[in-house]
Amino acid sequence: MEILLEQGVDTVFGYPGGAALNIYDTLYSYEKRSQIRHVLTAHEQGAAHAADGYARATGRTGVVFATSGPGATNLVTGIATAFMDSIPMVAITSNVANSLIGRDAFQEVYITGITMPITKHNFFVNKVEDLAHAVREAFRIAETGRKGPVLVDVTKDVSAALCEFTPQPKQKPNKVKPLAEQEAIEKIAEYINQAERPVIYCGGGVPAADAGNELKELIEKADIPITYTMMAVGIVGYQDEHSLGMIGMHGSVAANKAVDQADLVLALGTRFSDRVALNMEKFAKNAIKVQVDIDESEINKNVIVDLSVLSDVKYFLTKVLPLVDAKKRSAWLEQIAEWKQSSVMAQCPEAKLHPRDIINTMCDMTDQETIYVTDVGQHQMWAAQYIKHRNTKAFLTSGGLGTMGFGYGAAIGAKVGCPNQRVIHITGDASFHMNLNEACTAVSENLPIITIIMNNHVLGMVYQWQSSFYEKRYSATTPERKTDFVKLAEGFGVKGYRAETPEEFEKAFAQALQQTGPVWIECIINPEEKVLPMIPNGGTVEDIILN
Amino acid sequence: MTEIKIDKNAPRQVVRMLVDNQPNVLARISSLFGRRNFNISTITASETHIPNLTRITVVTSENDENVLHQIISQTEKLEVVKEIYLLDMKNSIYRELLLVKIRADKSERSAIHEIVTIYRGKIIDLSKSSMIIELTGSPEKIDGFMDMLSCYDVIEVCRTGITGIERGMAETV
Repeated sequence: MEILLEQGVDTVFGYPGGAALNIYDTLYSYEKRSQIRHVLTAHEQGAAHAADGYARATGRTGVVFATSGPGATNLVTGIATAFMDSIPMVAITSNVANSLIGRDAFQEVYITGITMPITKHNFFVNKVEDLAHAVREAFRIAETGRKGPVLVDVTKDVSAALCEFTPQPKQKPNKVKPLAEQEAIEKIAEYINQAERPVIYCGGGVPAADAGNELKELIEKADIPITYTMMAVGIVGYQDEHSLGMIGMHGSVAANKAVDQADLVLALGTRFSDRVALNMEKFAKNAIKVQVDIDESEINKNVIVDLSVLSDVKYFLTKVLPLVDAKKRSAWLEQIAEWKQSSVMAQCPEAKLHPRDIINTMCDMTDQETIYVTDVGQHQMWAAQYIKHRNTKAFLTSGGLGTMGFGYGAAIGAKVGCPNQRVIHITGDASFHMNLNEACTAVSENLPIITIIMNNHVLGMVYQWQSSFYEKRYSATTPERKTDFVKLAEGFGVKGYRAETPEEFEKAFAQALQQTGPVWIECIINPEEKVLPMIPNGGTVEDIILN
Repeated sequence: MTEIKIDKNAPRQVVRMLVDNQPNVLARISSLFGRRNFNISTITASETHIPNLTRITVVTSENDENVLHQIISQTEKLEVVKEIYLLDMKNSIYRELLLVKIRADKSERSAIHEIVTIYRGKIIDLSKSSMIIELTGSPEKIDGFMDMLSCYDVIEVCRTGITGIERGMAETV
């Protein structure tokens, strides 16, 4: 506990259990003295997502506690989610007594083995002298370079033992960030100055390096359009003339066309994932491709680039800015404006309440500081496409792993970390059914999170794929659930509303904004409503589906 | 990006690393290779003259430059890995150890002994009906030797996999 305080931790999420009794007993006094706040969730998975949401919203490392065995395995999805999106998290799991390790004791599991491929590193601590070092190292590793989760597994002997504690100041991340070489910077500046149709394509590495301002300066100065992955949504304001919108499978027509026709693509802090470079051979086929990343293993992993620079994105931008000519690229920007104009997507004509209307109303009625958290599926894509994004820390979503059930836990973590900001959780009926148990946490902690459930009564995203590519053979996507979300909300002690028209939604949302505790609004939407545009797997912008 | 020089025609690539000598370290390396679908032909691990550091030598059949770059850069990210590089095969010495047990009665002994002598191996155990031979050398030499033994009744074969070292002072640690 002393080390957690030393690391600046004041909030942990978790769930106790037999092997964790000693840790929780110590926590008791720290909670009483208001030094550490513990948020008890309904399920360890929710706690892991909460620690993740806390980290995404605050920029600080999220901490989660769990007991041995099932407590530890329940964290796995949450840890993997954080790993895929490079979110700093420290998970502290308990394990059985030293004498029982390896004997298949009650609630024993080899969690360091299980989490080896989904953590940056993990520690198994069976000697109390090693504990302080392991926990300090865990924070250092989680926060160093490309961030990510670290797990520390502590046996019951260790958590029971006492030892001399020597306080130390919190260490700065000690691995030096790679910094671009001058030669490469000059070469890239030359490429930018010569390009007629340049595009910046940026990912989560840009907000992670806190390089938003430098990026905006470059875009303004050199008049370069920008597209972003879902991990960098909000990096430029939604109304910015240079913004092409999101790229990839459900990215905008303008973004995908611009990259396809660009003569220079500058990839910043991004990994050309298969949801962006759907066809890795044909991605940006006419362009010189330049990649800047802090992680060497991302260079040439998916798409082979012409020039790569191993660097912190902020450092790179600061150095390249003075070398870039200020100029206007009117013809290119006009072409882009035309693509943007012509790509407003159609909505399902039979529907009374459209997802886009829900999101527009929601954005118009909330302030700029609002944090939006999503689950995974169609609603997530609509949220990424239609929210009036202004800030990368205000859109929290599971990008890499695509974890359905991420949302409620993450929203709880965000609200706990940012109590003065409004938190809206956007989900679908299928995602919400996975982890809606966390409603009890929101009630206990009295967190005024507004949950918007886009209920189309199907497993929307899979249903859409079956509709488009599997001849409408709706295998296991039409469960005919009869869940009454308003009644269910009431059972949890949550205020529930249902909306079937835009007017009803507006009214319900206005009332929800007045509540002091958690609220659910069930929005009935049409199952035929699709996420568009869409480029199928392996396709290019030529295969884009518009209706 | 770190440039890696590879000899495309080499039958194998040897990745050498120094890692923390701690429990699980071999599992961390092999788990990473497994998860990323990198081939491991052989893997050896042993303590070094430097306390707390273990030498791991992985031999892989991958010889695509991008795959090898991935192997190096992904492995390098592991906290336990202190140093990693691809062995320059032309400028290195690499060896493998073979122990082989064959059925051999007195009528076959001298013929086998002759082969062993040509290959500069050693007969290290002898019984009325069998013998154990020890041989060190490059994998090609060992393959050649095994080919020569193929007309005898081979009972058991143990090969260690390659370990290697660069000539001169190129070694960094």
